[in-house]
Amino acid sequence: MGLPDDYRLMARIRRFEERLTALKDAGEIPGSIHLCNGQEAVPVGACRALRDGDHVTATYRGHGWAIARGVDLTGLFAEMMGRDSALCGGRAASPYLSDPGRWFVGENSIVGAGVPIATGAALTAQRTASGAVSVVSIGDGAMNQGNVHEALNLAAVLDLPLVLVVENNVYSEMSRISDMVRVKQLAERAAGYGLPGRVVDGNDPDAVYDAVAEAVDRAREGSGPSIVEAMTERLVGHYSGDAQHYRPAGEIAAARLREPLARIRAAADADLTARLDAIDAEVDAEIEAAVTAARAVPHPDPATAREHVYV
Amino acid sequence: MSESLRYIQAVNAALTWALDSRTDTVYFGEDVALPGGPFGATKGLHKRFGSDRIFDTPISETGFLGMALGAAMTGLRPIAEIMYADFSFVAMDQIVNQIATIRYSSAGRWKAPLVIRMQQGYSPGACAQHSHSPEAYFAHTPGLRVALPATPDDAYQMLRTAVVSDDPVVVAEARMLYPTRGPVRTDAPVEPVGGARVVRSGADVTVVAWSRMVSAALDAATTLAGEGIDVEVVDLRWLNPLDFDTVAASVARTGRLVVAHEANLTGGFGAEIAARAAAECFADLRAPIARVAAPDVPMPAAPALQAVVVPEAATVADAVRRTVRP
Repeated sequence: MGLPDDYRLMARIRRFEERLTALKDAGEIPGSIHLCNGQEAVPVGACRALRDGDHVTATYRGHGWAIARGVDLTGLFAEMMGRDSALCGGRAASPYLSDPGRWFVGENSIVGAGVPIATGAALTAQRTASGAVSVVSIGDGAMNQGNVHEALNLAAVLDLPLVLVVENNVYSEMSRISDMVRVKQLAERAAGYGLPGRVVDGNDPDAVYDAVAEAVDRAREGSGPSIVEAMTERLVGHYSGDAQHYRPAGEIAAARLREPLARIRAAADADLTARLDAIDAEVDAEIEAAVTAARAVPHPDPATAREHVYV
Repeated sequence: MSESLRYIQAVNAALTWALDSRTDTVYFGEDVALPGGPFGATKGLHKRFGSDRIFDTPISETGFLGMALGAAMTGLRPIAEIMYADFSFVAMDQIVNQIATIRYSSAGRWKAPLVIRMQQGYSPGACAQHSHSPEAYFAHTPGLRVALPATPDDAYQMLRTAVVSDDPVVVAEARMLYPTRGPVRTDAPVEPVGGARVVRSGADVTVVAWSRMVSAALDAATTLAGEGIDVEVVDLRWLNPLDFDTVAASVARTGRLVVAHEANLTGGFGAEIAARAAAECFADLRAPIARVAAPDVPMPAAPALQAVVVPEAATVADAVRRTVRP
């Protein structure tokens, strides 16, 4: 895979979330949604380093990871619309969806809670000698959660094939991460667990790929977990209703010049620009088709509300 | 075949059976492998099954219960041990928000076939952080099965049932029962999940109990028989699934109900039984329903204080007398 493929996947994530926002504004999506606009290079670069059977666990800001892992777009729209989707049947919506068919252990609404769970997927890989790895993404704020510390130490002492990707998007929900920690880089904490930690440009899918691929190789050969901190920026609020009054003037405008899609566009010559335009048009059509298909998915039968609690 | 085993030995035998019968079973927790567990529940298992199957974890209940979930979702059948039930509270997110919800929230596409094994209840000198009986918290949470074996045989049978279940099961043993000895049917087929049991028949009053309070209720019944009160004792065994039919059938025979548990009174699972009985057995009841429980205080450590807090056979007997002869 190279630039056009990465661009297509990042554009798919961006367009998906822009369309999602419009659907929310139109009243077609209940509940709040948490978007990853600006952070698309992280899941795209990271998932390029994975193969079938590798499990991915994400946070509630996980649409990008689901899409990068190949989860069906219609299913994603339908799930978020509260329909009887083939993913979670309308029980998970935006912040807790999963797809075992794509080894997507799923999102989590509890900050950091996915890391112990991903550690379990890594345990299965290790104990069954499947050769798989478990990649888990968290935000910068999650690095202060106890469950993350516990899981990292546990994964470290058991040498589990786990890769933790910290998406440092500057904000811990609605507070600057620099006000919440006394380390300059969160990856410095890797040393506290006896693990390697690396900081990469999270707006560059190639840089993310290189770092994650190195960590994945290490995990596959039995050398244990790693931490990759991907530096990026959030172009949108913490959640769909977040007016972001806490952000300094001009910050988002400046971030828009550095975000991964804009960066590729800025460096493109006329030929590449034309190709990117064509990709955008194809992605637009793909997204519209998925929205149309999702609208045709029925709402869940209320009679099934009590199903799936016990086997 | 029936063997005479102590309760804790029955637990060990059930774990041996589990690790023997399925190679995808793994067992982990604090001090469970090389040390063999603080009460000897896992004695000998590490030597027999090795570090791949049974291993020690750091002191981090959230971390290793989450690991149990992820492992269960992706193909293993983990049994995770919480040393004291009190320590489950530090991992409640993983139990309540994660383990209990994933099957529902994925419309059944994921399963969480795991067991959380713990022991609970008071013991002499144990403080408030080593004496909780937290079964009601788990029974309150949809998605979890909750088992409280009261005898060595049930310690063996119910743990095996939990291990083969495709649902997450909390098995809460009673620490005070560990030294008790009794027959264990080691060759019995694995039972299905659920099922209360009438462990003593009687005509005058039903005492519903579970865990350590079953033996307290039986002792009370022996005392009361000498006073001309014929007590029926129901061991609830599983709080989830709740076998209320057995309770209702007993109340239909006796017309009176006492519910006995060691956990605190307010919001205890006894309130659930009482409410269900009031709603479903109203026509059968000839007396108000009574509840036996610890008062709403944290558990004191001193035996002199514990003696007035912990419900025992005498507490049950008093409640029965008040119910039968108001």
